[in-house]
Amino acid sequence: MKIIRTFMAAAAALAVSAFVAPSFAAEDPGPGAYSQALKGKRVMLVPMAMGFDLAQGWAHYLKTEVEAWGGVFETRDPNWVVDAGAQAITDAISSDTRPDVLIIHSPDLNSYAKLMKKAQAAGTYVLLVDNPANFPADAFVGSDWDRLGQLEAEAAIKGCGPNSSKKIGLVQGDQANSSSLYQYAGIMKVLDKNPDFKVVAKPDSNWDATTSRNVTTTMLQQNPDICAIIDFWDGDATGASAAIRDAKLEGKVFLVTTGGGEKTADCDKLQDGTYGAVVMTDLARQSGDMNAVIKFLLQSGQPAGTSHTYIYTLEKATTKADLKPDSCWDLKALQAQAAAK
Amino acid sequence: MNATGWLNWRSLNQEGIVFAIAVVLFIAAAIGLPGFINSNNLVAIVRSVSVLGILALGMAVVIIGRGIDLSAVAIMAMSVAWYLQLLSSGMSDGLAFAYVLAGVLAIGLLNGILVAYAEVPAIFVTLATASFVFGYVRSQLITQDAVPVPPGHWVELLGGLRFLDIPVEVFVFAGLAFAFFLFLRYTKWGRYVYFAGDNPVAARNIGIPVRPMLVLRYVLSALVSLIAGLLTAASLHSINTRIVNSTLLYDIVLVAVIGGIGLSGGRGGVRNVLVGAALIGILLNAMTIIDIPLLYQNLIKAAILLAAIIVDGFINPRDEQTAQQGDI
Repeated sequence: MKIIRTFMAAAAALAVSAFVAPSFAAEDPGPGAYSQALKGKRVMLVPMAMGFDLAQGWAHYLKTEVEAWGGVFETRDPNWVVDAGAQAITDAISSDTRPDVLIIHSPDLNSYAKLMKKAQAAGTYVLLVDNPANFPADAFVGSDWDRLGQLEAEAAIKGCGPNSSKKIGLVQGDQANSSSLYQYAGIMKVLDKNPDFKVVAKPDSNWDATTSRNVTTTMLQQNPDICAIIDFWDGDATGASAAIRDAKLEGKVFLVTTGGGEKTADCDKLQDGTYGAVVMTDLARQSGDMNAVIKFLLQSGQPAGTSHTYIYTLEKATTKADLKPDSCWDLKALQAQAAAK
Repeated sequence: MNATGWLNWRSLNQEGIVFAIAVVLFIAAAIGLPGFINSNNLVAIVRSVSVLGILALGMAVVIIGRGIDLSAVAIMAMSVAWYLQLLSSGMSDGLAFAYVLAGVLAIGLLNGILVAYAEVPAIFVTLATASFVFGYVRSQLITQDAVPVPPGHWVELLGGLRFLDIPVEVFVFAGLAFAFFLFLRYTKWGRYVYFAGDNPVAARNIGIPVRPMLVLRYVLSALVSLIAGLLTAASLHSINTRIVNSTLLYDIVLVAVIGGIGLSGGRGGVRNVLVGAALIGILLNAMTIIDIPLLYQNLIKAAILLAAIIVDGFINPRDEQTAQQGDI
């Protein structure tokens, strides 16, 4: 109590003196507090791999922002190997330069749960990005995959039209990654509401374009009157599109997929008709959300693991008709920009 | 297979067993699955295993010579990724291809020389070069996992090539299989591969240039990998280096081994690769038509491989005569 009283008295005195003292320039206390809380803080991104558009985009936007407020930004590249990711996280937690914020792109629901708990126990805030996991992270920033699946299914139904065969094929990712499981759940929710639309096949691509091509070829072989295919990632949907091209069904099969909204991966392919619709993540906004959460957490003073926030990125299905010059971001331009610095 | 053919079950070797399983599967699928026997589906089956089969041909020659090439998939993906990256950075096609070809030859030579002259076991050499090729190209030469084929480039046009509605990969696979058959069966150096694989010391004693030939096999395997990579990029209009982390490498070894090419060397040929590829192709296609989830597909694939090996173990038990030194 005594401390509080002293503190209040001091604050009052300070306030009075602030009024009394002739002020030449009004000093905003915000930037000082902001800079004090953030300066020198370390942020580390551990994606599933650094070699694909999403991770490179996140890294670009995060780095720009973190370095602007005087922080240190690092990435680790597990190159799609779950063990390597676990090793990177373990090393990061136990190193002298333990990151203050760890951003993890989890390969599945469970793999890193224990490590993330350890990180929080050591005092590191843990952010999950893009892929949800069975772990109460300080924040999840990414897609609501269920909603994303619903958007894909709605786009597929629209692409098929009311007078079509109403047959839809799915090319799933795998049966472990949350993005694949929840996407499927979302798609089925919409199809349950539209019982005249049927899923005729739902093979897995294992996120591999050649496998996607082979299973799509078989799917089209068995059901040549399919009106739409939903491939669960633009990284392997090039395979599904090759199968459609080979079967000479371009323009007849409406291909829906999802991706990070990179120009060559998504917009160019919408433009040339390879994809009918892409549910694109607004990567700049998603990265902005991460930046905001990082800045909030570092100033909050709360111990890691206190709050559990979900920040879902606004998603929408984009078709050729509503393609705008700024619908996509351009990885090449970002890389050129980074190289120029 | 001997002259008495299939009737004498004692003479059944692994190739025969796998062939029999493939035939049974084929008949079952033809009866049970609508659309399986359709000519387009049959073409799709062959096509789906073409790249795998081409890689398995290269692997087969190396294995017959008592070696193994674990760098095949890395060379396949990284060489083509580098090629496409060079093209997109504006280099002329001829120069870019010359660079890549030189790179592929260099890695093949490195593999061969380390195995033949430094006498490092092939499994370690090729494992190391695979990591090196992947790591170096991925970190130094290309910027992203997936590298697209420039629009209108010959690789893209190659992917669209069809003769009688059959994709070009099928012809390349058939052509290479025939060439490898001729090489192994009718050329002097082809026969030497068997001698060297069966008994390297004896082969050397009778004056066969065992070491230079070892180098040749790894170079051959590297070149075959480049062809497989170009065909993959041709079909997908891009190459994704993530394939290096996939199970493709094991599938290549699986195709060769399940067809009956012994890992101890000296046995097998192109026919074994074709039988192995046929089984895998029919199996994957049938499972996709039935819509079996990937997890179970892997389980079934593994179970059939195990079954073939176990049956082979019963019918052709190992003894001092058949067992060899260096048998993996």
